[in-house]
Amino acid sequence: MKQTIELSINGDFYEVDIDQRRTLLEVLRDNLGLTGTKKGCDEGECGACTVLLNGKPIPSCLLLAIQAQGKEIFTIEGLAKDGVLHPLQQAFMEHGAFQCGFCTPGMLLSAKGLLDQNPHPSKEEVIRGIAGNLCRCTGYTRIVRTILAVAEGNP
Amino acid sequence: MNYLRRLPKFDYLAPKTVEEVCSLLSEHKEKAAVMADGTDLLPKMKHREMVPQYLISLENIPDLDRIEYSAKEGLRLGPSVTIDDIQTSQVIRGKFQALAQATDNLGSAQIRNLATLAGNLCNAAPCADTTPPLIALGARLKLISSNGERTVPVEEFFLAPFESALQKDELLGEIEVPNQPSNSSGVSLKQTLRGAMEYPLVGIAVVLHLEGKVCRDVKITGSFCSHCWRREGCRFPCPTPFRATRAEETLRGKELEETLIEEAAQACSREARPIVDHEYTREMIKVFTRRAVIQAWQGSKQP
Repeated sequence: MKQTIELSINGDFYEVDIDQRRTLLEVLRDNLGLTGTKKGCDEGECGACTVLLNGKPIPSCLLLAIQAQGKEIFTIEGLAKDGVLHPLQQAFMEHGAFQCGFCTPGMLLSAKGLLDQNPHPSKEEVIRGIAGNLCRCTGYTRIVRTILAVAEGNP
Repeated sequence: MNYLRRLPKFDYLAPKTVEEVCSLLSEHKEKAAVMADGTDLLPKMKHREMVPQYLISLENIPDLDRIEYSAKEGLRLGPSVTIDDIQTSQVIRGKFQALAQATDNLGSAQIRNLATLAGNLCNAAPCADTTPPLIALGARLKLISSNGERTVPVEEFFLAPFESALQKDELLGEIEVPNQPSNSSGVSLKQTLRGAMEYPLVGIAVVLHLEGKVCRDVKITGSFCSHCWRREGCRFPCPTPFRATRAEETLRGKELEETLIEEAAQACSREARPIVDHEYTREMIKVFTRRAVIQAWQGSKQP
């Protein structure tokens, strides 16, 4: 059944006509052209579809788009502001914390979710924080190191 | 089926009251599924393991994410309380440690932010993380339907793998955890093949009530899994969460010390009823029971 919904994404409002069964991931990518969020496993296990819902990382493949109404959604497209990279993005580049880049949007958002909650995490806490984001390329070491480096720069 | 499809068609209903949910469930019964979070429901639907015609969402009903605690009533959790809510709740971490600890390594941060305790229980996986501590804490579930309410102890809620005592016209309305004696302490331990995003190979929960060095009461519960649980024809080592009554008897009323705890760990391992008599799992049950009892002992305020 079709429904018109209003979504708040990265501070912008979008009105879309969608089928009730579309997930937030599908609507972001197919209806709104925000293809930074990736579809990996589509069942909440890989973290490629991670977005922030009211500041908390969630698997967007497991949320119906209609359930995202009235919430603040934050995707990878919202990280850079006016062409200026977020410190996490800058750090990922400087430290070489990505190769193919497929897991990176989800990884960055999990990192942001973690650091927003806990500005000075331990290594163990960082590992826990990104445990839901699979990376096939890097072996995670640089990713963890990068997130810790950004945390060190936190006030 | 092994591959995933887009979600099947359904009618999405978002009633405003619990009564409405119950009357919708009475009307549609097995054609409807209640959606608290969707982290188990949506993957099942994508695999076509479940194809409900109606999804009844709880999102418009206020107050279902309540965590209430009183010294008289104990802990009351609404059906929309998320795993993250439990993990970060001070009162649960302070007074119901076994439950809080069980949520620490459940799924991933993303899953914990969305998944609900009620959903975890109603999914009735034999190796769910939250069931051993809830059984050890003596928790009860309030099941609501248009015909009234009934309360079922968590211990009796699981009938078979993925089959719970929840009837087709019932809603899990509340999770009640009674107050524990003031000098009790609980521990939940989990052994997994990998660091996260994993059901427990061996999951043990212990709630210990000590007076001095004497164990006044203890509950030891476990849930076990096989890493190939999703494949067809695989049998679960343990179809429903279990209570190690013989291990508990070994400790009850006695003064705690290492050889006694070792005996209890052995008893638990023998008592756990693996269908597949897996030596490694049996050994791990012993190891983790021992660890959990010792940690609960150390965690209690008594010396």
